[in-house]
Amino acid sequence: MSKTLYDKLMSAHIVREHDSTVLIYIDRQLIHEVTSPQAFDGLTMANRKPWRINANIAVPDHNVPTTERSSGISSIIDPVSKLQVETLDKNCKEFGINEITMNDVRQGIVHVIGPEQGVTLPGMSIVCGDSHTSTHGALGALAFGIGTSEVEHVLATGCLWQSKSKNLKIEVNGKLKRNVSAKDVALYIIGQIGTAGGTGFAIEFAGECIRDMSIEGRMTLCNMAIEAGARVGMVAVDNKTIDYVKGRPFSPKDRDWDNAVEYWQTLHSDCDAKFDKTIVFNTENISPQVTWGTSPEMVIDINGTIPDPKNITDPVKAESTKNALNYINLKANTAINSVEIDKVFIGSCTNSRIEDLRAAAEVAKGKHIAKNIKLALVVPGSGLIKQKAEDEGLDKIFTEAGFEWRESGCSMCLAMNADKLEPGERCASTSNRNFEGRQGQGSFTHLVSPAIAAASAIAGHFSDIEE
Amino acid sequence: MEKFTTITSIAAPLDRANVDTDAIIPKQFLKSIKRSGFGPNLFDEWRYLDHGEVGMDNSKRPINPSFVLNKPEYRGAKILLARTNFGCGSSREHAPWALEDYGFKVIIAPSFADIFYNNCFKNGILPIIQSDHVMDQLFKTNSEISVDLNTQTVTFNEKTVKFEIDAERKRRLLEGLDDIGLTLQYKDEIKSFEKQYLKKYSWI
Repeated sequence: MSKTLYDKLMSAHIVREHDSTVLIYIDRQLIHEVTSPQAFDGLTMANRKPWRINANIAVPDHNVPTTERSSGISSIIDPVSKLQVETLDKNCKEFGINEITMNDVRQGIVHVIGPEQGVTLPGMSIVCGDSHTSTHGALGALAFGIGTSEVEHVLATGCLWQSKSKNLKIEVNGKLKRNVSAKDVALYIIGQIGTAGGTGFAIEFAGECIRDMSIEGRMTLCNMAIEAGARVGMVAVDNKTIDYVKGRPFSPKDRDWDNAVEYWQTLHSDCDAKFDKTIVFNTENISPQVTWGTSPEMVIDINGTIPDPKNITDPVKAESTKNALNYINLKANTAINSVEIDKVFIGSCTNSRIEDLRAAAEVAKGKHIAKNIKLALVVPGSGLIKQKAEDEGLDKIFTEAGFEWRESGCSMCLAMNADKLEPGERCASTSNRNFEGRQGQGSFTHLVSPAIAAASAIAGHFSDIEE
Repeated sequence: MEKFTTITSIAAPLDRANVDTDAIIPKQFLKSIKRSGFGPNLFDEWRYLDHGEVGMDNSKRPINPSFVLNKPEYRGAKILLARTNFGCGSSREHAPWALEDYGFKVIIAPSFADIFYNNCFKNGILPIIQSDHVMDQLFKTNSEISVDLNTQTVTFNEKTVKFEIDAERKRRLLEGLDDIGLTLQYKDEIKSFEKQYLKKYSWI
């Protein structure tokens, strides 16, 4: 029987079936400091040991400072943040789990280092106590975010109970227009289907546009699947996937490599596979995007105008629009490219990879951020990306243009470390969530691509890329 | 985990769509390494007028009188009424921990985000899905609402509506079962699966 990619990945991991729920075997668990302390605590209290130590790898990312931190954990000023990172170190040591610690050059955002290290591979079942785990689906893996009780469950049993999701194919046809990136595709799709549009589904992204996309672009897209409500976002394995994985520190070698490649080449939906739902988009309708509200679905073209709740017939939606405009302090019918910004953030598990930094640097090269910009941060996704960017001279381009060049971490995406917005500040951010208070209480977040973030930093307001 | 039986309580109506987990429990409270004590910071940014941080004495903070949980008529509510896509966003289990710690046992909404929905069951919270039509009626109710998991019913204003729930999840809630202990009953099955699996996919 023909199968979708999701069905293939699920059925390869099923240990046991119970009516509508299945017990699936977990190949990899990625662990970070925020959602794991209570899970380790639970193991200790029940006197349990990790099921398979090698299934796990840990890295601190949410709380780490992005400023000078050569003195290690003592450079974390907030005592509560410090305790959380210390607790991760302590737990990993105690349970024998491989941890990439804060001052290791490989340290970075958990969803960046997984693929970068070859820790996450095609065909794997991958979980992490973080909703953006969907990122790894870009490699043709089954990857999704879980809660802390489930982190503990995976640690203790190597498995997880799941209900099967329905299959949703999102096909994007055509070639991307100039200056349109994977981030714009992601935001456009969410704008069209809504933040609950993918709830209950596993999304497979397909079509010419996705096939043409780099692996890093696919990661950006799958990363945002959760913002469309889908826990899982995936792209079929192709030669690009295999080239990407090859030669990474944890990637298979020699005979294992050949066997793996043979298996990975089967990881695509069969041509006559049935999806519960298919949605088709065309690239000709996709321009650079910017969010105007407090949900990723509240998004318009960079040259568009903010919607008017008066023109929305659905009362719940009209009310949400009104609430959002009220919070974010903008008026309906305003051209978004006339809105001034205070800060710019380039980073996060959505957009902190080398291609993202290159795209932003290309726009910033030889220019300078506008006078009204109080801070423009560039936070690479990992220490290795930072190194690579420096080898390419990107750091110089950014610093000469007035941006700050930082150490890797989650940083201002969710502002658990010291990088945050002050109340009333407006930010062009390459992250994934524009919820109320996400980047600091009373602050305003607008999601954009790296190139648009850089262009907006230079213009001082939301701006398309100047030719 | 405590066994779930029937809950009868007034219901606090949170009349907004897409309530995300950042709103349920803001990130600064995620730095705790404990599982309890999140209740006073549930909906922190809406509930208080000042900016909340870890370690503050919440009883001394200025409250936002217009926020639903601060209205005297909803004090002690064990049921929360919400709108579509409740619990979207981050996977933080601190969200159900905060709801549970505050005292909520049941959340009724037209739809929930997947991860949040899952996390509720791990913490003895029953998320119930009802149509927009029923939700509108529930939002208008001033009297107590009764939820019976066994019969899968919600009763209000002498009216009873059914709700759907996965049979296994129902059993676990009713019996207050520990998920890990249950899974480890299949230890041998997992081991034998693992043996052939790791042989076949030797690079894992």
